Amino acid sequence: MAKRIDVSGLSAYYGTTKAIEDISMTVEPRSVTAFIGPSGCGKSTFLRTLNRMHEVIPGARVEGKVMLDDENLYGSGVDPVAVRRAVGMVFQRPNPFPTMSIYDNVVAGLRLAGVKKKSVLDGVVEKSLKGANLWNEVKDRLSKPGAGLSGGQQQRLCIARAIAVEPQVLLMDEPCSALDPISTLAIEDLIGELKSQYTIVIVTHNMQQAARVSDRTAFFNLAGVGQPGRLIELDDTQRIFSNPSVQATEDYISGRFG
Amino acid sequence: MTSSPPATSEGRVRRRRGDSRLGDAVFFNLSRGSGILLLAVMAAIAGFLAYRSGIALSKNQGNFLTTFEWTPDAAHPKFGIAVLAFGTLVSALIAMIIAVPVAVGIALFISHYAPRRIAQPFAYLVDLLAAVPSIVYGLWGVLFLVPHMDGLTRWMDQYLGWTYIFDQSKSGVPPRTLFTVGVLLAIMVLPIITAVTREVFRQVPRMHEEAALALGATRWEMVRTAVLPFGRPGIISASMLGLGRALGETIAVATVLSTNSVLSLHLLDPGGGTFAQNIALKFNEAQPFGRDALMASGLVLFVITLVVNGVARLIIARRKEYSGANA
Amino acid sequence: MSTMTTAPAPQLRQSLTNGRLPKWAPVAVTVLSIALGCGIGAAAGLKSHLQWGLISALLFVAVSYAVAAKVEGRRQAKDRFATSLVWVAFILAVVPLAALTFYTVQQGIAAINGNFLTHSMKGVVASTTPDGGIYHAIIGTLQQVLLATLIAAPIGLLTAVYLVEYGRGRLAKAVTFFVDVMTGIPSVVAGLFILSLWNIVLGFGYSGFSGSLALAILMMPVVVRSTEEMLKLVPNELREASYALGVPKWKTILRIVLPTAVGGITTGVMLAVARITGETAPVMMLVFGSDVINNDPFNNPQQSLPLYIWQQYSMVNNDFGYQRAWGAALVLIAFVMALNLVARGIARWRSPKSGH
Repeated sequence: MAKRIDVSGLSAYYGTTKAIEDISMTVEPRSVTAFIGPSGCGKSTFLRTLNRMHEVIPGARVEGKVMLDDENLYGSGVDPVAVRRAVGMVFQRPNPFPTMSIYDNVVAGLRLAGVKKKSVLDGVVEKSLKGANLWNEVKDRLSKPGAGLSGGQQQRLCIARAIAVEPQVLLMDEPCSALDPISTLAIEDLIGELKSQYTIVIVTHNMQQAARVSDRTAFFNLAGVGQPGRLIELDDTQRIFSNPSVQATEDYISGRFG
Repeated sequence: MTSSPPATSEGRVRRRRGDSRLGDAVFFNLSRGSGILLLAVMAAIAGFLAYRSGIALSKNQGNFLTTFEWTPDAAHPKFGIAVLAFGTLVSALIAMIIAVPVAVGIALFISHYAPRRIAQPFAYLVDLLAAVPSIVYGLWGVLFLVPHMDGLTRWMDQYLGWTYIFDQSKSGVPPRTLFTVGVLLAIMVLPIITAVTREVFRQVPRMHEEAALALGATRWEMVRTAVLPFGRPGIISASMLGLGRALGETIAVATVLSTNSVLSLHLLDPGGGTFAQNIALKFNEAQPFGRDALMASGLVLFVITLVVNGVARLIIARRKEYSGANA
Repeated sequence: MSTMTTAPAPQLRQSLTNGRLPKWAPVAVTVLSIALGCGIGAAAGLKSHLQWGLISALLFVAVSYAVAAKVEGRRQAKDRFATSLVWVAFILAVVPLAALTFYTVQQGIAAINGNFLTHSMKGVVASTTPDGGIYHAIIGTLQQVLLATLIAAPIGLLTAVYLVEYGRGRLAKAVTFFVDVMTGIPSVVAGLFILSLWNIVLGFGYSGFSGSLALAILMMPVVVRSTEEMLKLVPNELREASYALGVPKWKTILRIVLPTAVGGITTGVMLAVARITGETAPVMMLVFGSDVINNDPFNNPQQSLPLYIWQQYSMVNNDFGYQRAWGAALVLIAFVMALNLVARGIARWRSPKSGH
């Protein structure tokens, strides 16, 4: 399931504005890679280029290559819809479909793919909710609306929804920034469990979080306001936080800016 | 300088306070009075129509609900709303069947499909369409649309005639029919339905659309899972507003529909009537009692549109609270 | 591939590449269906070109679905189907708009000349000559609409002020609800009401003013609504700043709130004016119509543009009548559209400090 991501020479634009420039990196399978950096450095934009969500914004476009094992996501003939199925995403704010029950939220992706068999769906719901550490809390009220859950539960529901379609990669865009500390802890534990099966990429503002959950950390920065964001360095998390090779990284991590 | 300054300044303050209190009271009562006046007008409309209707109904020798004729000024006044109610409901229904899907399509086009360069001017054009006076629609309807409906009418008669309602019993006459009226009404109510629906579609939170896309939904699947369920109350209330317009449309219907009051299930046969059209046409030659009879039919129309609009507004209001709580 | 052994559920195993239609495919399908549509239309001997267009539109939807289903699979085909339907809806909206504008201009231009704009129908035998004009109708419409605005605008404005600045409790709720409902009153009902109150109970005769009363009823709720929206856009900080300076509430409203919103309010009033200018039914019942110039809106029947169109169309029923009707329709539409454009222009120009 889990696949390696190889990015080379990737730039992304909003209209004529260049948001990120010439990024190359490798994301290892079955590990957690964290993206950190000051606001506006393009880490979320970069994340969204990994499942072709960037281009849903009108006027946005991407140059460069993203290899998922041996397939280029931006190759000719590639269907963005299939890419998004293979690369799941969890957003900053929990966004379960407000008109759907918990059950329907989890199987939304499968239903889109045309899976109708009740027994299959039931199995996936249980497996995904267990995988998201939510099963015990909601198993008695699967037909209740997903919007009725607490923020942390909603976010875990969104994770369950994302893993229900068995993606090869899971992207998380600041998944805990709207949550309280206890819910955050639950999500972080979950990330630790999920990495045995998935390639996980997480954008975070919180450096402690990056240090806690990730195996490798990428630091992004921008040269100045209006300049495109760049990848400064990518290394083992421990090294980044103890002994980074670039001065800017150390300045950021030690709180001197950002 | 013997006069003490504090006294004058105090006096000035007191005077100003008195001023402002008086001004506030006047202004408050003026504005509240306007609100009350509006309510009073609504009540008066209902009251006057009901009063005149009472007079008319007490002398009616037919059954108000089931009589087909409209001869209130005859020696034995007989009038009923059967033909009018049928025509009003049927033409409005046809209009809704055509207009609602098209309006939802246009709204989606503007909010989610069109290139941005087209969407904005086009939304503007649709709004302008709403400003065309109904008499112009009527004139255009009878002189342009009716001849263009001829082929379609004959085609429907030929291939859908077996459904009975699309069977044309008289051929060779211009299709000034309830069906054509329905088509014209559909064109007329499109802008209002589109405008309201479009606004609701625009309010769909981006994060729900992205959630669907990130699950691997095509654009249409995204619309179906995120946009349409969120917009459903909006679509319903927009349709109700359009329905209200279609039910009450007067002069366009009076222009297009040929004026023989028949109740026929053959929708492609000329003739029929609606409440508003009947009032407009019969009004000038009606005797005082005939006018009372028309007011009775006007009251029915008033109540129907009141209910339809009221329901639409209640749905919108509920929607607002809901989305407000979510924001 | 990694060393994972658990295979994904079979229905989900899917390559990233799908059959994809080339970018020019929709254009090609469009051209093809238009060609086919015209061919079928011509072959079947359909006279109306609109019907050729409708056939083309249906073909467009069907062909895009078929092609996509063949090349891209069922889900993509559904997506293309929906997209083509949405585009057809767009075309369906453009067609009547274009047809109506084109036809009205084409027919109306022929009727309009100096004589038409400056003469009434006095002494004109409408069915035998193309003479006569709409001067009296223009006068009537302007006077009636002006009177209606003078009644409706202040009441509507004050009501909106009440709802936004003072309105709490049950009365405000009732007013809000009934204003909304009132926007939906059929114009013919408003006409009937004024007729029964003003003409029958109070015994006044036909006059421009009596029509204005009905028009005012139709106009008030529209003014309330739009003014309300505009007043709500005025930031609360402005009000509070004024109160903090000790300015009483009514002066704050008059000097601060209303001037801030004046652009939007003007727009709302103008749009409402545009709406009532085209109303026919109440004018027909209350103003009655006239062939001669009547400069006194308070006594005796007057004429108005919509009513003139209706009368020329329905009483005469010949080409001269139709021609005059189209001429008047063009003038009416031009007036209403001009009001709309100016109103929206003002809205854009004076919108309360929003950059977009």
